[in-house]
Amino acid sequence: MRFITKGYLTTTLATPAGLLFFRLATGCRAMRTGSGHRTFPACGQILSAPRPGVRRALPRLPGMHSVFPGGSLPDRAPAAGTRDPVVEVHGLVKRYGDRAAVDGLDLVVRAGTVTAVLGPNGAGKTTTVETCEGYRRADSGTVRVLGLDPVADAARLRPRIGVMLQSGGVYSGARAEEMLRHMARLHARPLDVDALMERLGLGDCGRTAYRRLSGGQQQRLALALAVVGRPELVFLDEPTAGLDPQARRSTWELLRELRADGVTAVLTTHFMDEAEELADDVVIIDAGRVIAHGSPEELCRGGAENTLRFTGRPGLDLGSLLKALPDGTAAAELSPGAYRISGSVDPQLLATVASWCAQHGVMADGISVERHTLEDVFLELTGKELRS
Amino acid sequence: MTADAVTSSATGAVRSAGTYAPAPGAAPLLRMIAAQTAFETKLLLRNGEQLLLTVIIPSLLLVLFSTVDIIDTSGTGTGGGPGSGSDKAVDFLAPGVLALAVMSTAFTGQAIATGFERRYGVLKRLAVSPLPRWALMTAKTLCVLVTEVLQIMLLTVIALLLGWSPQGAATPSGALAVLLLLVLGTAAFSGLGLLMAGTLRAEATLAAANLVFLLLLVGGGVIVPLDRFPDAAGSVLALLPISALSDGLRDVLQQGAATPWGDLGVLAGWAALGLGAAAVFFRWE
Repeated sequence: MRFITKGYLTTTLATPAGLLFFRLATGCRAMRTGSGHRTFPACGQILSAPRPGVRRALPRLPGMHSVFPGGSLPDRAPAAGTRDPVVEVHGLVKRYGDRAAVDGLDLVVRAGTVTAVLGPNGAGKTTTVETCEGYRRADSGTVRVLGLDPVADAARLRPRIGVMLQSGGVYSGARAEEMLRHMARLHARPLDVDALMERLGLGDCGRTAYRRLSGGQQQRLALALAVVGRPELVFLDEPTAGLDPQARRSTWELLRELRADGVTAVLTTHFMDEAEELADDVVIIDAGRVIAHGSPEELCRGGAENTLRFTGRPGLDLGSLLKALPDGTAAAELSPGAYRISGSVDPQLLATVASWCAQHGVMADGISVERHTLEDVFLELTGKELRS
Repeated sequence: MTADAVTSSATGAVRSAGTYAPAPGAAPLLRMIAAQTAFETKLLLRNGEQLLLTVIIPSLLLVLFSTVDIIDTSGTGTGGGPGSGSDKAVDFLAPGVLALAVMSTAFTGQAIATGFERRYGVLKRLAVSPLPRWALMTAKTLCVLVTEVLQIMLLTVIALLLGWSPQGAATPSGALAVLLLLVLGTAAFSGLGLLMAGTLRAEATLAAANLVFLLLLVGGGVIVPLDRFPDAAGSVLALLPISALSDGLRDVLQQGAATPWGDLGVLAGWAALGLGAAAVFFRWE
């Protein structure tokens, strides 16, 4: 109703044309959100370990934890040094008919971070992101983006966010450059279009019609459209799907630069390495709920069992070794002289194994710790391959 | 990781820090509407199929049927007016072709373009841009009006070269009647076009919009006088928006009649129906 108070078309609202404008302007088709905003508990301070090559906008604090179903709650890290969350989703439910696409989902995105949303097809990733973008109304739960209700405050929110759809979004007859220029014109202080085209390797296809661009070029143009308005927050739905390795690298690089300049990013992805490379926080969604979240390191460390392998002389007394190790650790001699220890492999365990070997005069050789990848974690948690 | 670090710092040295520092904000509203209108108009005028529909077909029909004696237009000049009109083919055809031009842009062209914008996610993408939905619809309407002005200018020049002598357009009441007819006709056809674009698949819209264009061209009094049809058919066809528009324009421009309230009423009814239905049934995705 806001535009009525501004006086736009008030006199024509009674006419069908006015009604059309009104309906199209406000999207009355969708239902109102059920409940009002509730304050979300301060559990957004899940921080991650520094990684080389990535500039951090935030100081890192101890107290990193991941939450697993039935597992321990995260430590509430001290709030000092962290910024306000820019996305707060609490108890989000979105149904299509009888099926709940999103079923009580919580998501907190801290300012200046990259959050990757992972999940198998149909897990509710896109529904969640599109609810944050204001495309859908929550059936229940609260959604706040930059402190605003994405539907009720859409007019104030839209200029501040950048959106990259999974596909499309461009006039088929438009040329790449003129589409980007047009999007730039809709913003007050857009990026330099030429530099952005160059940055994304689109410099040579500016005059090419959108429908004649390759899939990868279309992806990069969609990314450019999302960032050209200099948003505070970008939502990227599978930003590197269909890109060749070089273009992926260049997209990752741009995302790192955005992050370094203080832009917050929420991305969905099918690529585990993308999440590992880029994300400060990873949120794993399955069947409309968050089943794990934390930094990539936390997710790979916690929950999943790791494996320690070494070789030594055949026929070691593994019973004696196990006595020195924590409960729940398993040891086996796979072939003569080749040993495997499975369990929660941490520095303490490694030290215990090494000292046991020293006591028994064993020269342990070829010691290796097999860290679980995000892919393993994902498979363990969901029982599904990510790219199913 | 090491490679990344190198790349990262190398790139960092090239780009100036803060390039992407957030500075969000919408452009001023009028500038957005102007940009959207200009962009959509440019795309439309560059589209070959659209030009065929909006410019080439109306122009060809006007030239062909005015110069070759295919349609018998005798008696059309005095049909319902005060008797000051002429039976010349171009005097009959020019108002009909102007009506056709309005239909081709407001209905067929807009339906096809909007249908494919919906299909390709353009409407979805623009819905999260700073451009409000009503501003997008305003821009679309302005784009249709700009195109119509260009069409009418071109067709008027062609018709005048063919010897057209419009009757009522010079008087203030005649000019106002023509303007009203064009505006209401545009509203009626826009509503129907958006209804089609917002409910059917893009391919279905493409096919249906072209079929309707063809049927209304033949059966809507554009080139074939409605009194050439059997009486019953003729009186039903007279209720079509294209018939009302071409008949109304002809009343004024061929026969010099006063404001054709009946035709304006029919157009207003279609406009209410079409825009109302589009408002209820339009789907953005």
